[in-house]
Amino acid sequence: MDDAKLLLQVDELTAGYTRAVVGPVSFLVCTGDVIGIRGPNGSGKSTLLNAIAGSAKIFSGRVSKRPGLRVSHQQQSALPLDNVPLSGQELLGLTGATSESLPLWIKPHVKRRLDRLSGGQLQFLQVWACLKAPVDLILLDEPTNNVDPPGVEHMAEELARMRESHATMVISHDQRFLERVCTRVIAL
Amino acid sequence: MILNFGVLIDPLFRLPFLTGLLFASVLPVLGMYLRLRQEWLAALAFAQVAAAGSLASSILGLPAQAGALACAGGAAAAKSWIARSGNNGYAVLMIVGWACAILMLANVPIAEQLGHALFDGQLYFTGVGHLIIALLFLGVTAALLPWLSRPLLLERVFPDFFQASGRSALRYHLLFDLLIAAGLALATASIGVWAAFGLVFVPSMVAYRIGQSWKASVWIGAGFSLGAYLVAFAAALLFDQPFGPVLVITLATIAAIIWLVLAVLRRRKASSITAES
Repeated sequence: MDDAKLLLQVDELTAGYTRAVVGPVSFLVCTGDVIGIRGPNGSGKSTLLNAIAGSAKIFSGRVSKRPGLRVSHQQQSALPLDNVPLSGQELLGLTGATSESLPLWIKPHVKRRLDRLSGGQLQFLQVWACLKAPVDLILLDEPTNNVDPPGVEHMAEELARMRESHATMVISHDQRFLERVCTRVIAL
Repeated sequence: MILNFGVLIDPLFRLPFLTGLLFASVLPVLGMYLRLRQEWLAALAFAQVAAAGSLASSILGLPAQAGALACAGGAAAAKSWIARSGNNGYAVLMIVGWACAILMLANVPIAEQLGHALFDGQLYFTGVGHLIIALLFLGVTAALLPWLSRPLLLERVFPDFFQASGRSALRYHLLFDLLIAAGLALATASIGVWAAFGLVFVPSMVAYRIGQSWKASVWIGAGFSLGAYLVAFAAALLFDQPFGPVLVITLATIAAIIWLVLAVLRRRKASSITAES
């Protein structure tokens, strides 16, 4: 293993909220990795990403991040908009995501309010805001939910393009998507 | 009734007009971010506490704005503790602030004139000091808000964005809390409790509904507020009415008209879609 590429080390981690729901689990994440996480409902896939992002409680073990590691986290739940008048373009601007390689089908919609987009359009922009943010590690939780096949295809292509310079962890029930984009898969 | 239009250009009202104009431009913008954090009740709580602080300091012979700032600042500093009980904490703060203010009004004659100004919203007692402080506050807000805007918005849509990278957004939230407490304290001391709260609450409510983007909504909120302020200021002078209630009624009336127009447009759009299909 190339130490210079090591971004994250997870050792015997058990994590949850009021009680542990995942673990113990251990793995390393290096630049170039696209790690799939699969498992049945309730196996703690989202909790694992939340623990890495710092929003779930670590009961034992540890998560060691490279100093200065920049992380983006697309959560499975829809963006908590509640009538906030934010446009797609502004959402991308907030995370510092570039809109250059956005697919043509979404480009006409980026100036619209997020709460007036379809579920699939909103999901795609939410994923894009995390995917294209200037970060080292990208955490994606069910990124393909509600997204049409062209959008899923574009995500897969973008993940492949970004592999050299980033690491990604992806939760998905879409087995074909995981097989296509991941360099390895962790089963919970 | 004969209307005296001359009062509109009376030099006596220039300072109050300018002071109110500054608050009418800045409070709705702060209201956008308060609504973003779903904390509009906090605004009313800060305004009521600031009013009580104003009265207490005037009784003690201190400048009213100093007391307003100290009390609202104290409430903002204790906000993380108050916020644990959600809106309950703000509601208690609001009614306690109101009760203290009314008791001071009832028992200390010296507080009576200021009390009426605070609760009736009599803008016309403001002077050069109020205008200078309003200008300073506008300058501080204009300098800080562009820096605070991105983290506040980011925290709303991606709540763990900073935490995931081992960073904290606490300093942004604390600074905004202090800004909002100072804004409401100063505005309360100048234009009264309910006028200040109305400028925070109503324009942002309309802007959230009709803006097509955050930037556009901020401009809509500020424009709506300034328009309503001009109408209310003129109406209050022409009809010799207390400014605060006139402003609140003007804000609510314009909001209701906008709501009505939107409802009509929506109905027309729906019927044209039905006709086409």
